Amino acid sequence: MMTISAPTLEIAVLVLGVLILLVEAFAEKIDKRTLAFTAMLGLGAILVTSFFLAPVSGNGGLWNFYTADPLAIFFKRFALVTTILVLVMMIDYAPVVRQSVHGTTHQSGLGEFFALPIFTCAGLMWMASAIDFVMIFVSLELVTVSFYVLVSFTRRNPATLEAGVKYLILSALSTGFLVYGITWIFGVTGETNLARVTAMLADPAIESGPALFGMVLVLVALGFKIAAVPFQMWVPDVYQGAPTPVTAFLSVGSKAAGFVVLLRVLQPFFMMPQMAKALTIIALLTLLYGNLAALPQTNLKRLLAYSSIAHAGYLLIGVVSFAGEAVSYYLVAYLLMTLLSFAVLVVVANQTGDNIADFSGLAKRSPFLAFAMLVAMASLAGVPFTAGFLGKFYIFDAALRHHQTALVVVGVITVACGFYYYLKVVRAMYWEGSPLDVPVPVSRLSRVAMTAMIAAIVVLGVYPQPILNALK
Amino acid sequence: MILPFIVFCPIVAALAILCGAPARRTALWAAGFTLAATLLTYFEFDAGRRGFDFVVSYPISEAWRLNFTLGIDGLSLIMLLLTAIVTFAAIWFTGPIATHEHAFHACLLLIAGGALGAFASLDLFFFYAFHELALIPTFLLIGIWGSGNRHAAAWKITIYLATGSFILLLGLIMLYRSVPEAARSFDIRALQKAAALGMIPADAQSSIFLVLLIGFGILVSLFPFHTWAPEAYASAPAPAAMLHAGVLKKFGLYGLLRVALPLLPQGAQQWTTLLLVLLLGNIIYIGLVTIAQKRLDWMLGYSSVMHMGYIFLGIASGTLLGTNGAAVLIFAHGISIALLFGLAGEIRQRTGTLLLSDLGGLGKIMPRAGFVFGLAAFASIGLPGFANFAGEVMVLFGAFRNGAEPYRFHIFQVATVLALWGVVISAVYMLRAYRQVFMGTMPERWSGVTDLRRSLHVPIGLLIAVTLWFGFFPQSFVRIVSPTFRTYFAPK
Repeated sequence: MMTISAPTLEIAVLVLGVLILLVEAFAEKIDKRTLAFTAMLGLGAILVTSFFLAPVSGNGGLWNFYTADPLAIFFKRFALVTTILVLVMMIDYAPVVRQSVHGTTHQSGLGEFFALPIFTCAGLMWMASAIDFVMIFVSLELVTVSFYVLVSFTRRNPATLEAGVKYLILSALSTGFLVYGITWIFGVTGETNLARVTAMLADPAIESGPALFGMVLVLVALGFKIAAVPFQMWVPDVYQGAPTPVTAFLSVGSKAAGFVVLLRVLQPFFMMPQMAKALTIIALLTLLYGNLAALPQTNLKRLLAYSSIAHAGYLLIGVVSFAGEAVSYYLVAYLLMTLLSFAVLVVVANQTGDNIADFSGLAKRSPFLAFAMLVAMASLAGVPFTAGFLGKFYIFDAALRHHQTALVVVGVITVACGFYYYLKVVRAMYWEGSPLDVPVPVSRLSRVAMTAMIAAIVVLGVYPQPILNALK
Repeated sequence: MILPFIVFCPIVAALAILCGAPARRTALWAAGFTLAATLLTYFEFDAGRRGFDFVVSYPISEAWRLNFTLGIDGLSLIMLLLTAIVTFAAIWFTGPIATHEHAFHACLLLIAGGALGAFASLDLFFFYAFHELALIPTFLLIGIWGSGNRHAAAWKITIYLATGSFILLLGLIMLYRSVPEAARSFDIRALQKAAALGMIPADAQSSIFLVLLIGFGILVSLFPFHTWAPEAYASAPAPAAMLHAGVLKKFGLYGLLRVALPLLPQGAQQWTTLLLVLLLGNIIYIGLVTIAQKRLDWMLGYSSVMHMGYIFLGIASGTLLGTNGAAVLIFAHGISIALLFGLAGEIRQRTGTLLLSDLGGLGKIMPRAGFVFGLAAFASIGLPGFANFAGEVMVLFGAFRNGAEPYRFHIFQVATVLALWGVVISAVYMLRAYRQVFMGTMPERWSGVTDLRRSLHVPIGLLIAVTLWFGFFPQSFVRIVSPTFRTYFAPK
């Protein structure tokens, strides 16, 4: 029997992406949506393959900067699922792209729109496995560069252009911080491999100050990726301006990758009390800022941007409490509920718009979409029997175990804020009357994807064991 | 297997209604089946038995030792009975609904299912989660079908209860963590065993009890966390107010009796004084506020906040008699307040107002409503013969007995004496409201108002019969709940 080792997965994803680009370039006549379907099928096949991997083997060579531990495999699957769902959204979003991209044919530009996320996915998957600073940097860049293009894809829309420029400049800046930080750490320890950096730092002969300085710089760069305060400035504008599926991808994929790297990178530095203190303060600020700034929002995309900052705060509580498992579970819940709300948003925005007021009376126009959004919002707010609640439960449990009283108290208060702004969407859908009475069309593919996400949110909210098993 | 049926019958019916089953008929059948199954359990229940009966358990997560466990003892049984009765009455009271009839009934059934699940759960996680299940339906019920300033009221109750719930969640996790690793569990029976062996240290007990008291207190509208209640009940559609004030709010009290008292006896003792002060706030301060109300729905809302004070007094009393009385009062108050809110809803439907100064003389044209309202008001005041009387007497005697010495008053005796004035206060506002609504001269514009429809005799009769039965035969009630409480006060 042929054995497949973990790196094959990324290679397969890359090959898939290149193939789709080639087809897009040389077959002008085909319906570009076929490309998206092919990509989804291909990624699905790779997802299935990931369950039949050969156990990790080998030392040296590749395995110096690449690992295939359960956490890595878990987040590879996470990236694949995210990308597939984002592609579903992109198909629904295609009409908007057509309107705002120049071209000779009516489907110009769509091919690249469907192909780029595959490269991002490859980057995310590599990042999940990276245990060496160089590898981390390279895969992070693969993700970021493909996002540069994706964020400004609908380039005839000025808001999108603004988002693109903001993302480009700030992202480049954070990359600078990352490289600079890595050089400091390398300068002190002479190593880039995380395990060996850890070993070196344990040596009392090594001066830890410069290494800590380097780590702080790395933290700044990662803070940018996960949208932690005070590195969150770009989030609201970029999220609002970018094409909606890209926003969803950015808020789930990019954030998850940032947290995986954070979990791996922080390990050697957590022995230092200064580090834990700094992270606690960042977590507190992120919780407060994200939740409070979300309160007055009237645009749903912007609201979800602030909500993504808020959730970064809860995730940071988990990081500070050394609860990798809790963070991973929370990220899964976050993936489901965020993508579900963006999926509904894409469909509804096609008809009316992306302000909360545009959701008025959705319960009448499309009971299914309204229900899907209700489940997503309930889960984001943290109502029991949804994955979002169990995630918070897990995080608070970890925080109490580590006596993080301040974080827990602020966490609970901000949860109450969350109820307010998430239920604002529910209010619009169910309380308010509808300005127009036309039913919202939903494609069958989206309907299936949304139903699957609703089911997953409820099932994981009651029975978390599959995720916990996958992490072991 | 009867407990899963009782819990999931309303929830499944709610889903069926959302999928298109005929709303009112399905809801009524589901409530009827639930009531029948609960009555069956009530008669099957062996009161002499110690511990939990009808236990079923399904594993959920080994890592957290989390199981979905249902089981009841006497205390849970009477809570289930209360929920089943009030749910049945509330759904029967529901008139025709103009918009989203399906969603309305589904929300009601979800609240009922959440309450039933919370009362039947033996696992703290599900005990908590089931209660929260009712949060969003309540928000929708008040926001969509409410009256008056319904949007503000819906926000307020939702944010308040969400905050309270998460504080409660913290308390429960702290409780879970306070037990040594080997004995750690969410199972109430395992925790009781651990507590009996003294595994929960005293300083941990103190902080956990305070967190639980605040969490549960917000959910039960303990003074000064009560402001959500009157506004929400005044705005809610009558069936929702019946269910929430009658049943769901009692979750906090049930939680104190089920979790906080037996597991954290030392913590409870430490915070007794604080609890006494707060509950006197409920009885005296809120009592006076109730007198000042100008609208019937607000008055009923405040009165329900005020009566929580007596139940808290029973819980704080630290005597078997007082705790039994608290349980009786939980039940009795649930029944009487549900009836009052149901009737107020009927009056609002006919007149469009509940402003006391606008009403008057309705007794002439609504004799049946007047008679029933009178009975419910008497019950609520605590006149002898009604279950409320039995409960209040037991609570007051129980509290008075705590630390009593001849010729000397300690804090409990003072508190009891002050609490007694509450009876007078409730007589003042209830009788005054009765007079302003049903007696006096009737404004001309109400002359076309009709009396209660005859079909309502079923739920009204049921509610009154139950409260009279337990009023005349409180021992049939105490016999069931006291085995539970006796273990709390067993000599160590």
